[in-house]
Amino acid sequence: MTRPAPGWADHPAALALAGRHRPRAWEPIPWILALAFYFVFPKHLGFGTEVLVTILFAISLDLVLGYAGIVTLGQAAFFGAGAYTVGMLAKHGIWNEPITGLILAALVAAAVGFGSGLVLLRTQGLTLLMLTLCTMALLEEAANLAHDYTGGFDGLDSLPIAPLFGRFEFNPLYPKTQYLYVLAVLFLCFVFVRTLVYSPFGQSLTGIRENMLRMHAVGAPVRRRLVLCYTLSAAIAGAAGGIWAQANAYVNLGTLGLDRAATVLIILVLGGYGRLYGAFIGAIAYMALSHFLSKVYPTAWQLGLGFLLVVIALFARNGILGIAEAAMRRFQSVRAPS
Amino acid sequence: MTTPLLETRALCRNFGALAAARDINFRLEPGARHALIGPNGAGKTTFVNLLTGVIQPTSGAILMKGRDITGVVQAERVKLGIARTFQINRLFRRLSVLENVYIAVAERVGAAPSMFRPAGTRRDVVEESMHLLDTLKLTADATHRIAELPYGRQRLVELAIALGLKPEVLLLDEPAAGVPSAESHIILDAVDALPRDIGVLIIDHDMDLVFRFAERITVMVSGAVFATGSPREIGADADVRAVYLGRAGRG
Repeated sequence: MTRPAPGWADHPAALALAGRHRPRAWEPIPWILALAFYFVFPKHLGFGTEVLVTILFAISLDLVLGYAGIVTLGQAAFFGAGAYTVGMLAKHGIWNEPITGLILAALVAAAVGFGSGLVLLRTQGLTLLMLTLCTMALLEEAANLAHDYTGGFDGLDSLPIAPLFGRFEFNPLYPKTQYLYVLAVLFLCFVFVRTLVYSPFGQSLTGIRENMLRMHAVGAPVRRRLVLCYTLSAAIAGAAGGIWAQANAYVNLGTLGLDRAATVLIILVLGGYGRLYGAFIGAIAYMALSHFLSKVYPTAWQLGLGFLLVVIALFARNGILGIAEAAMRRFQSVRAPS
Repeated sequence: MTTPLLETRALCRNFGALAAARDINFRLEPGARHALIGPNGAGKTTFVNLLTGVIQPTSGAILMKGRDITGVVQAERVKLGIARTFQINRLFRRLSVLENVYIAVAERVGAAPSMFRPAGTRRDVVEESMHLLDTLKLTADATHRIAELPYGRQRLVELAIALGLKPEVLLLDEPAAGVPSAESHIILDAVDALPRDIGVLIIDHDMDLVFRFAERITVMVSGAVFATGSPREIGADADVRAVYLGRAGRG
C-alpha cells in the first residue's frame, strides 16, 4: 500500500480506541472488596457465594443481551444445563471432581447453546424472545419427566462433590471453600468476557446490536457471529449453574425456571447492561435489597423491589451504572470550564 | 466487447402481483460512472437490493466479471467487491465515527473474528480507518458518536463505511438525500474524488448531481429499463422528458 503515514495513531479517536481496554485505576476495587468480604463477614459467606454466582450468570447474559443485542428470556436454560450436568454426574457416581466437572458443565451448556442458537438466531425481537423462553420451558419439562436421572420435581440433593484439589471440602454450612472457588472462577470468566468485548470480535457484536442490516452490508457473517457469541455465553451460564450446584450440593427444577431467567434479566437491567460491571452492581443491589426487605417486611417485601424496578424503568433506562455515568459527565463538565 | 463488471440478464422480481423488476438487462462497465434515475416507485432501490443480494430475484441472473453470483449471499458479495450505501442512513448510532469505519475495515481485512486482541491495537485497521476519514474530511468528528452528528456528516460516514470495504462496484443509493443544500457539495466532492477504477452506480433524484457525475444514464420506469444512454442522449430524449424529467423538473 502506498499511503503516507501521517501518524494517525496519535489522533484522540485512535488513542481512545487503543486505550479503552486498559484496566482503569478503580477496577481492582470490586475484587479487593470481594476478598475483604471473605475476612470481614465469615458468617455471611453463603450469601456472598450466592451473589458471586449471580454476578457470573448476569455477565453471561450481558454478553448476549448487552453487547450482541440478543433479546433472551431463556438464559436459565444454560444455567440449568450446567447445574444438572454437575448434579447428575455426581449423584450417579460418574464424576465428582469439581474443576473438571465445571468444565463439563460449561461444555454441555455450550452444546445446548450452540444447538438452540443455530435455530433460534434466525429470528429476532419478540419471536426470538418467545423461542428462548420455549427452549427453557422444554428443558425444564424434560428434567421434570426424566425423574430417574434428574430426580424430577424434587431434584437431586446431597451431591457428593469431591474436595477441591483433593484437599478443600465443600461444607454447605460454612462455605469458605465455595466462596473463594466461585470468586476465582468469576474472575477468570470476567477477564475472558472483558477481553472479548474489547476485541474486534466484540466490536462486531456491538455493530450487530446497533445495526444488523449494516453488518450484513459490510460482509459480516452475522449469524455465525451471533451463534458463536450465544454459545460462549451459554458456556459461562453453564459454569455459573455448575458452580451453583457444586456450592450448594443440590440441583432442582428452579435452576431451569423462568423465575431465575427473569431475575437475572432484572438484575442486569437494574445494574446497567452492556457495561460489564452492571452485572456486579445489579446483583449486589438486587440481592442485598431483597435480603434486607424480606427481613424488614416478610410479607410484602417484593412490593419494594417492584417499586424500585418501576422507577429504574421509567427514569434510568441505563440502570444504576447509567445514573453514575451521567453524574460523572455532569461533574466533569462543571469542572472543565474553570 | 469487454466483460462488464456487473451485469444482469432478464432480471425479474415480483412482490405478489407487483413486478418491481421486469426483465432488466443492465451492464456496469469497469470504471463506470453510471446513474440510475426514474420516478418514485420505479424500482431503483429494489434493483440495488437485487444486486447486493438483500433480496433474491424471481428469475434472471446477476453476473460479476462474467461469474454468476445470483445465488451468492449478501455478505459473500461484499467480499467479492460489491459495496453500497443506503438511502436512509444505516449506521452504528451509539458508536464513534472511527468505530463505524473500523468495523467495515476490520471486516474486509479479516480482523473481525479475532477475540483476544484489543481492537485498538490493530494499528493497520485504525490507521486505514483514520486515513479514510481524512479523505472525507471527517477526522475532526472521529471521536463523536454518530447520534451527535448532523445528518449531512452522517451521510459522509455512510460513504466512508462503503469505501472502507475497498469495493470494485459501489452502489450509491441517493447519497445526497436529506442533506441540506449548503452541505451537499461535500458529498458531491467526495463522489467526484472516488478512485477512478471503481465502477460506480448512483441513484438519485437530483438532476444536477446526476448530470454532473454520470457518463452514462439508465432510466427506469415501473420496474423496467426505459432508456439507457449518454447524459446528452437522455437529456434530449423526448420520451424520457415526458415520463420523468418534465414532471420532476430540474433541481
